[in-house]
Amino acid sequence: MRKPSFTTVMLIAGLVFLYLPMIILVIYSFNSSRLVTVWAGFSARWYVELFRDQQILSAVWTSLRIAFFSASMAVCLGTLAAFVMVRFARFRGKTALSSMVTAPLVMPEVITGLSLLLLFVHMAQLIGWPADRGMVTIWIAHTTFCSAYVAVVVASRLREVDLSIEEAAMDLGARPVRTFFQITLPVIAPALAAGWLLAFTLSLDDLVIASFVSGPGATTLPMVVFSSVRLGVSPKINALATLIILAVSLATFLAWYLMRRSEARRRQAMLQDMTAGR
Amino acid sequence: MTNLTARLQRLFKPGRGWVIAVPLLWLTLFFLLPFGIVLKISLSEAAISIPPYGPIFDYANETLNVIVTFSNYLFLTTDTLYVSAYWGSVKIALLATVLCLAIGYPMAYAMARAPAHWQLVLLLLVMLPSWTSFLIRVYAWMGILSNNGLVNNVLIWAGLIDSPIRMLNTNFAVILGIVYAYLPFMVLPLYANLTRLDTSLLEAASDLGSRKFNTFLRVTLPLSKGGIIAGSMLVFIPAVGEYVIPELLGGPNTVMIGKVLWEEFFHNRDWPVASALAMVMLAILIVPIALFHRYQSRELEE
Repeated sequence: MRKPSFTTVMLIAGLVFLYLPMIILVIYSFNSSRLVTVWAGFSARWYVELFRDQQILSAVWTSLRIAFFSASMAVCLGTLAAFVMVRFARFRGKTALSSMVTAPLVMPEVITGLSLLLLFVHMAQLIGWPADRGMVTIWIAHTTFCSAYVAVVVASRLREVDLSIEEAAMDLGARPVRTFFQITLPVIAPALAAGWLLAFTLSLDDLVIASFVSGPGATTLPMVVFSSVRLGVSPKINALATLIILAVSLATFLAWYLMRRSEARRRQAMLQDMTAGR
Repeated sequence: MTNLTARLQRLFKPGRGWVIAVPLLWLTLFFLLPFGIVLKISLSEAAISIPPYGPIFDYANETLNVIVTFSNYLFLTTDTLYVSAYWGSVKIALLATVLCLAIGYPMAYAMARAPAHWQLVLLLLVMLPSWTSFLIRVYAWMGILSNNGLVNNVLIWAGLIDSPIRMLNTNFAVILGIVYAYLPFMVLPLYANLTRLDTSLLEAASDLGSRKFNTFLRVTLPLSKGGIIAGSMLVFIPAVGEYVIPELLGGPNTVMIGKVLWEEFFHNRDWPVASALAMVMLAILIVPIALFHRYQSRELEE
């Protein structure tokens, strides 16, 4: 066997670096000892305790609802923004739009969180809304930064779409709206799904922005986790981490499986076309 | 004149205007406008009220008074805490970015050169951690680095050290945490860039007798400049304002601006100073953000 190259070794080492801490978390979630660092035998007690913790359960429910609605709204806004950036000719405001799409990708969260909170406080003073901060304000904040991510994902797909099919539909008399829903949308659907999932995980994961714009009524999962881990390592959080890692791994595996299947089908269709042509 | 009407017609053609207006308005209202408000509050005086700042416009005795104070900005220069926090953040973020690049570039290179059917799997493997939970991935290091944590236990068990080395609550832990948390964001743009690299250029170089390393230095590296910039900015800019990592992994010696801002806002309830801190941070980051934007918009529009 030939000696593996330097970059291959780095890739393997990098992957080990990325996964080892998570594997350690998973292993220690089955530790029966409260001391996370000492192994005292296999036990699932922390999972039982996790599912008895009302505070965590209600925070999970709050976070899931916010993530669902933020991701859905972000897909609508982000797709529109992507469409404008990729398909529309230059117009005044296009540069502004594309800056406002790329800047949230890198903007430090403390700045975004602070600025949105101050906006909400001002709006409450001026127009009396939002009177209370909570799920709605978190939803607005998450929608805003998530739509930037969706726009980037959808735009990169949109650039690869063959324009001639849309043009053909329009030539045949389809109105732009109909062309969009019948031609463009099915083609970019995988990107919309990817964008929705990305927005969903980003919203579920956000601590800093939600902490700024939330009110007393809405406590999201990361807020509960943060206030718990601040005090030190806690085995219940290890159990929660294991479940999150499991869910994301399953979803990723499913996505990979679907992508591979559609790829195989496409290859087969191509093969059929080629043999039919002969 | 006809030009103008044509333009107006084009703008108000049903549908098109709405498609532009909806995202533009949303982002202007919830992303751009808030910065204006931060600027305004950074220029007002702190007050014991709800909300805790004084008015900028004051209408009394039929005169409109505009009260603008730069005291918050001046205050930032008088206390060395703030200056050292800015400097510390930039230093830590810069070091973490360089480390990310040093680890991420070879990884992305190997991925781009891997057999086609492996590439998707590798890409998903690199990105998967970033889809789990940022907070939990940072938290994982607390159990590994603490005084009675895994690393110290292993080292003591192996007889290499007698008493635990202090690793948690140090700048080392903060840099490690940033590298760990942001590595996927470095690899992703580099990989996207390197897969598009025209391999015939590399063949041409080797046909002309260039050594492998020389080809890398002269051809691959310059052509992947865009990916390097994008990846570095995706790590550096958020890292400067990072709050969670210094809070969980940092110690009393770790002063980073994100954490200072958080404390000014939540603990001291000094909104004007927190706003001034945010504005100065934004001023420091505006050039990196513009650099990232230039690369990203080239990617999006081509």
